Amino acid sequence: MSIFDKIKEFFTKKDKVNPPGGNKAIEKQKAMGKMYARDRIAYLLDEGSFQEVDLFVEHTTKDFGLDKKELPADGVITGTGTIGGHPVAIYAQDFTVAGGSLGLMHARKITKIMDLALKNGIPLIGINDSGGARIQEGVNALAGYGEIFYRNTMASGVIPQISVILGPCAGGAVYSPALTDYVFVVDKISKMFITGPEVIKTVLGEEISMEDLGGARVQTEVTGNAHFFAKSEYDCFDQIKELFTYIPWNNTKKAITISAKPPKYPFELDKIFSTDATKPYDIRNVIRSIVDDSQFFEIQEHWAANIVIGFARLNGNTIGIVGNQPLVLAGVLDVDSSDKAARFIRYCDSFNIPLVSFVDLPGYLPGIDQEHNGVIRHGAKLLYSYSEASVPKLTVILRKAYGGGYIAMCSRHLGADFVYAWPTAEIAVMGPEGAANIIFKTEITSSPDPNATRKEKVKEYTEKFANPYVAAKNGHIDAVINPDETRKYLIHSLHLLENKRDERPFKKHGIPPF
Amino acid sequence: MDKLNIDTTMYETNLTEKFKNRKRYSPPDPKVIKTLIPGTINEIFVKPGQKVKKGQSMLILEAMKMKNHIAAPFDGTIKCISVSQHDMVPKGSEILRFE
Repeated sequence: MSIFDKIKEFFTKKDKVNPPGGNKAIEKQKAMGKMYARDRIAYLLDEGSFQEVDLFVEHTTKDFGLDKKELPADGVITGTGTIGGHPVAIYAQDFTVAGGSLGLMHARKITKIMDLALKNGIPLIGINDSGGARIQEGVNALAGYGEIFYRNTMASGVIPQISVILGPCAGGAVYSPALTDYVFVVDKISKMFITGPEVIKTVLGEEISMEDLGGARVQTEVTGNAHFFAKSEYDCFDQIKELFTYIPWNNTKKAITISAKPPKYPFELDKIFSTDATKPYDIRNVIRSIVDDSQFFEIQEHWAANIVIGFARLNGNTIGIVGNQPLVLAGVLDVDSSDKAARFIRYCDSFNIPLVSFVDLPGYLPGIDQEHNGVIRHGAKLLYSYSEASVPKLTVILRKAYGGGYIAMCSRHLGADFVYAWPTAEIAVMGPEGAANIIFKTEITSSPDPNATRKEKVKEYTEKFANPYVAAKNGHIDAVINPDETRKYLIHSLHLLENKRDERPFKKHGIPPF
Repeated sequence: MDKLNIDTTMYETNLTEKFKNRKRYSPPDPKVIKTLIPGTINEIFVKPGQKVKKGQSMLILEAMKMKNHIAAPFDGTIKCISVSQHDMVPKGSEILRFE
């Protein structure tokens, strides 16, 4: 055989597993409004950068007639490429091959690329589109999942792990995305659940559609399992590309610095802020008027919206932002918002991203449901993750900082490097009305005009304590600043903290209140 | 805009669907027997008006392939039964009531 024949033979073999003209199953996938796995990879990665591995891998199962079935690439496409010039490892399940079902070799292809990503400190992107375990492979399919979960856990906090759900992702399969850093979903395409509508109907007699059970909206608005919602697959991939501009390639690196830009929006506090602590405003407008180019990349926008998290830049450097949102539930901390912020703080700490917290909250949400849902345990996560974080921690108190909420929102007591307060800040044990009712209870109840006395006492308390100066007097905050100077103060502080070293006692790991 | 009361201060703000639809608390009534797990009523052994002894099996709730005997928590008389045989019942729904 000549070299040309050998090369021709290679192309024949290759075309058999990766037909250049596509096939019926691929047409069907596209007719469902979904992209083909290879097109997904091609769109997400830099043009022409994808290098495939394990194209010729075959399954080895002999049972249930599978020995007579050829499954090209065993239903998953794996390889490497670049995004914005930086290397990444990627896999995409191919729904056109046996429904993207996961067998042992399919899983081994994934774990191989995961091992490569971890060893070389590059991000891992997993595109999930699979009917679940390949039942014919029995316990071997389960073994495959387990080997993936183990590696997801080992890689957690070492390399960025991104999951993209572009089809069904059901049963045990959901736990790989759940273990990764960020989950991306697309409207009407993504479906995630542990037990599907069929099982629920059989066991419980309850009927629900896949969309209502675990569609993209449910996962981004109700459960918080997913972090980014997109209207189309293209939008979703663009979101991923944008995310990659903010994060470092692994936990030994810092995110890339780009050229600094001033905020696009002018700092018009009288328009976007209210000094009356009972009036709402959108914290994101304040964030945008402080950060570079007014660009704020929000995460989990639609879930637990009473706290806002996301990335932005100051002087060209990535920062992680946590901000109470007075526009929703007055910005209170509760079960969900504590979970949301705590996990993000740990993400930033793992990947050397400085934290900037904007504080304006009346405290924790009161309620029987909150107590019975474990707000003590969930709220503690926030204290834990802020205390544990050793990256630069900056806090700006804009307005209310009451009670436990004041402590939890990266106070100096939890290790903030600098705490700044605007002159509008009210740092106190609770809101003036509640405090006056307790402290002056006897005066109010014994007064001939309790309402007048209450008003007077509330005013007295407000004047005395609803300000930043009591905290400043005790050194609990570092400076009261003119709001105009916030950006300047933050940039200087981050510069100063660039080489912050914060040694911690040796431990295997802590026991966070999961 | 909605209002939210925190420590007697009323805040103007938007309420979330989850908050608006939160489950209201009702104190447990020992006379009402509810399901602790969703399942199917397999068999009912008792009738309204019947006297039962503590520990006596009143019905079988089949859930997750297990047949669970629902036993009387105390001596008493059955007032009414709100399920029939083969009914599928969700978690926390009333099965029967004591007098």
